[in-house]
Amino acid sequence: MSNDVEVSESSSCSKTRNPFTGVEANAVGVKVDHVSKSYGDAEVLHDVSFDVKPGEIFVLMGPSGSGKSVLLRQIAGLELPTKGKVLVDGQDPSLEETREKVRVALVFQAGALFNSLSVYDNLALYPREHRSGDEKAIDQKVMHALKILSVEDAAQKFPSELSGGMKKRVSIARALVMEPQLLLYDEPTSELDPVMSATISEIIATLKNEYSVTSLVVTHDRALALTIANRVGILMDGKLITLGTPGDLQKSTDPRIVDFLNPKIDIQHPRFKKLENKDTS
Amino acid sequence: MKQLNAILEGVGSVVQLLVRSLSYAGTLPRQWGRFVEQCYMIGYTTLPIVAILSFFIGTVLALEAGYSMQDFGAKEYIGSLVGLSMARELGPMMTSVLLAGRVGSAIAAELASMTVYQEIDALTTMNIPAAKILVLPRLAAVLVMMPVLIIISNIVGWFGGSVVARYVSYVGISPEAYFAALRHFTKFKDVMNGMEKAEIFGFVVVLVCCDIGLNTRGGPREIGAAVTRAVVVSLILILVLDYFVTKILI
Repeated sequence: MSNDVEVSESSSCSKTRNPFTGVEANAVGVKVDHVSKSYGDAEVLHDVSFDVKPGEIFVLMGPSGSGKSVLLRQIAGLELPTKGKVLVDGQDPSLEETREKVRVALVFQAGALFNSLSVYDNLALYPREHRSGDEKAIDQKVMHALKILSVEDAAQKFPSELSGGMKKRVSIARALVMEPQLLLYDEPTSELDPVMSATISEIIATLKNEYSVTSLVVTHDRALALTIANRVGILMDGKLITLGTPGDLQKSTDPRIVDFLNPKIDIQHPRFKKLENKDTS
Repeated sequence: MKQLNAILEGVGSVVQLLVRSLSYAGTLPRQWGRFVEQCYMIGYTTLPIVAILSFFIGTVLALEAGYSMQDFGAKEYIGSLVGLSMARELGPMMTSVLLAGRVGSAIAAELASMTVYQEIDALTTMNIPAAKILVLPRLAAVLVMMPVLIIISNIVGWFGGSVVARYVSYVGISPEAYFAALRHFTKFKDVMNGMEKAEIFGFVVVLVCCDIGLNTRGGPREIGAAVTRAVVVSLILILVLDYFVTKILI
């Protein structure tokens, strides 16, 4: 078993090379097909459709409450759509059989690290439970993942002892130990300072380039989206209003997209006042 | 109608969790560490409070029995009353109540917290079922530790009764007489019946508390609500089950 990071020949190849074993597996695609989601009377997602190609970085942007995280949870198989279907590698991600066949890892917004376990044990849990190697092999995997994310010094710490940025990196390392074919990120740069945000963005891009894993990132970090994405989708009020490359988005003249990507701070005519006036009229 | 639906949903959820957990029974040998940890949590940490409570239940039983029976000249039978009451009813019942308060609340709080802070979701995405690593070891541990707790509870309770019987003036019978009556009337079957009850109560308490913890939705406030619900439901179930199990065992 090699401890060195294997670099795939092409960043656009659809094979994801396991960073630990060097074994290649197919990066998987995602199909979101006319998905709607309602909680009671409130419709959070309305007829959303798009595909994510194997090996690409797809960024889903949108204002808070636009339904991005709900959609991500559906792709991770944690929630079911009210209408339509979500397929990962052509299979329903909520089924246990799919989870056994397709490795989908989710980096949670708050990390979702197991607070009762050390960082090392957080990472070792997956390979131990799935018996992917003896303790020596697991140790190599865990330490390698921690090294990739530059958090090997935190191995024996508990999540409560980590800073926000370290928690995010440990969370990504934990996902990496799963040797995922699809890596989902929920607001990976939220609550981080600009430098740490840039670091996380670099990590996401590096992982994609080196392992060709399919990455789906939910964020409202404009810099991250426009810098590392192959394609970007924007969700507003539960609807996908645009889908294209970062270049397409920057050229867009749609006022909603222009305002979302380059919001102007207008002290003379604040937005909330406009909304108030609209409500009263 | 709404409440009936909620109760039926709760029962269904608990049964599903039980079936799911038992389907992973074959993995228990590989979860030895977790099993031992839960034995420690359920057994060792509960032992001191079980011992204290049982001692004083034994003393109060002897006091009350001594006070009532002195009029009939039947003080020599105090040992039988304390022995049977502890073995058949108070030992299992009070230990289960303590288990609900001490262990059940902790289980509900831990699992509710893990649910609210998405740790359970993280397990799901890792294809590691919560029923396998969080519920099964606890169920196995409670089955092993409850008999131990009951034996200790009985012995300490009986001893508490003997202390009162010996040193309280209006009771005043020797430990030999006290234990002779206890041995004469308290049969092995009585102790076993008490253990069977305790096994059922303990198993139900742990299962229900796990289920309530894993079904918590919302934020930190719901963690507190889940703990309260877990303890209240456990106590009600212990009392209701006590009637039916006693009826079957008698």
